[in-house]
Amino acid sequence: MLEEVIPVTPEILSGETAKIKYEGYKFITLSCVEMDANNVEILYHFDRDLQLKHFRLAVPKKTIIPSISPIYMAAFLVENEIQDLFAIRFSGLVIDFNRTLYLEDEIKNTPFCKYTVVESDSREISSPPDFDE
Amino acid sequence: MKRTIIPFGPQHPVLPEPIHLTLTVEDEIITEAVPALGFVHRGLEQLADLRDFRQMVQVVERVCGICSMMHAMCYAQGIEGLMEVEVPPRAKYLRVIWSELHRMHSHLLWLGLFADSFGFESLFMQFWRIREKILNIQEATTGNRIIVSVNVIGGVRKDLSPDQIRWMLSELIEVEQMIMNLGPTLFDDYTVKKRTVDKGILSGEKAMELGTAGPTLRGSGVSQDMRTLGYAALNELDFTPVTEKNGDCWSRCKVRFLETLQSIDLVRQAIARIPNGEINTKVKGRPDGEIIARVEQPRGEVFYYIKANGKKNLDRLRIRTPTFANIPALLTMLPGMWLSDVPVVVLSIDPCISCTER
Repeated sequence: MLEEVIPVTPEILSGETAKIKYEGYKFITLSCVEMDANNVEILYHFDRDLQLKHFRLAVPKKTIIPSISPIYMAAFLVENEIQDLFAIRFSGLVIDFNRTLYLEDEIKNTPFCKYTVVESDSREISSPPDFDE
Repeated sequence: MKRTIIPFGPQHPVLPEPIHLTLTVEDEIITEAVPALGFVHRGLEQLADLRDFRQMVQVVERVCGICSMMHAMCYAQGIEGLMEVEVPPRAKYLRVIWSELHRMHSHLLWLGLFADSFGFESLFMQFWRIREKILNIQEATTGNRIIVSVNVIGGVRKDLSPDQIRWMLSELIEVEQMIMNLGPTLFDDYTVKKRTVDKGILSGEKAMELGTAGPTLRGSGVSQDMRTLGYAALNELDFTPVTEKNGDCWSRCKVRFLETLQSIDLVRQAIARIPNGEINTKVKGRPDGEIIARVEQPRGEVFYYIKANGKKNLDRLRIRTPTFANIPALLTMLPGMWLSDVPVVVLSIDPCISCTER
């Protein structure tokens, strides 16, 4: 029942996002859905004149997804949220909280997954970008 | 010049909400702001896994008290869309009435807090005095002052009697007059202008690029309001979004002030046209499929993604609240501001961290 849904892959995600931004779409948010123990689906929602368009990205949980925050800066918060709650990793985030946006450093599991993935690496916040640009 | 890091929040004299900003300053000018969240995250979206889809109406009301009515309405509209439930016309009008009352009390709360942020204590008290009248209306018509809890899947669970409607209309005349009396103080006062004009400027183009929502967006001249989608009974009422073009704190304040008066007008229109009839319809079955529901809250667009599979629990409930959308804009407003302007600029987006950290 979603209006216009375009399937995308990690390889074409950035290109399609840049294209949609050029067409005048406003970024709304991302919705992450755990499909099963190994797979997730991420929906990218955009709006132009109150008409919605969505990208549907279905990937295995271990896939590192290119961040769209260099294109739509506003996406960095929700991408960090997905990192925290689902342990899906994004590459190239403009601010990477490294799973500490909501979570304390010692939390290793994934609160929004039925099938928990435990991460063991240490986490640090990457340096923030220059917002003046 | 030497750079200094100054923490702002999560507890701050003018901040009612627990957001933390790491501010980098040179002398007293902000050069960079980075947010930190997670102080009140409750994971309410995940409760959809444990609670029946009908019970979730009461859960989403608790995402945020101030706009609880709109959360429940948005969620109910989403489920009704999935289940193809036709809501009775009277229920649609009642939803408009209570949602606009909610917008009024939220904006009046904010106008008071905003006045407090630049030290105008008496104005703060005046706005909150008016807000009490709206809360009294909500209490008298629903039984609760803030979390009115009137929505159910298929309509509403309270009705308005003719006596209540007459009393509400007489109260709104007084509320309207009281608000208009405060207009000159808020917009012509020298000190208010000094603290708000040309502060935290956000251009319309930048606001769109950053996905901004609500009065923060409309204060930058962009006429986007989810109420133009015509949900509930809004497609039968006369409505044009309020906009201001300067994109500063003063413009955002003026948008909210005018929207408070506009809400009074919408309540009057809804009361004038409300039909008789049922207030809810019996809903059978369970939702299946996925849907987006959008509603204009006081702070802007709230976005619900609902995915269901025909069982009593939803597969996924995702809520994007307006403050979540406005934080990136806040981060671009702050650089270049004086440190003393930070409370005013932060308050100007009407931050609700309870919403943000569902």
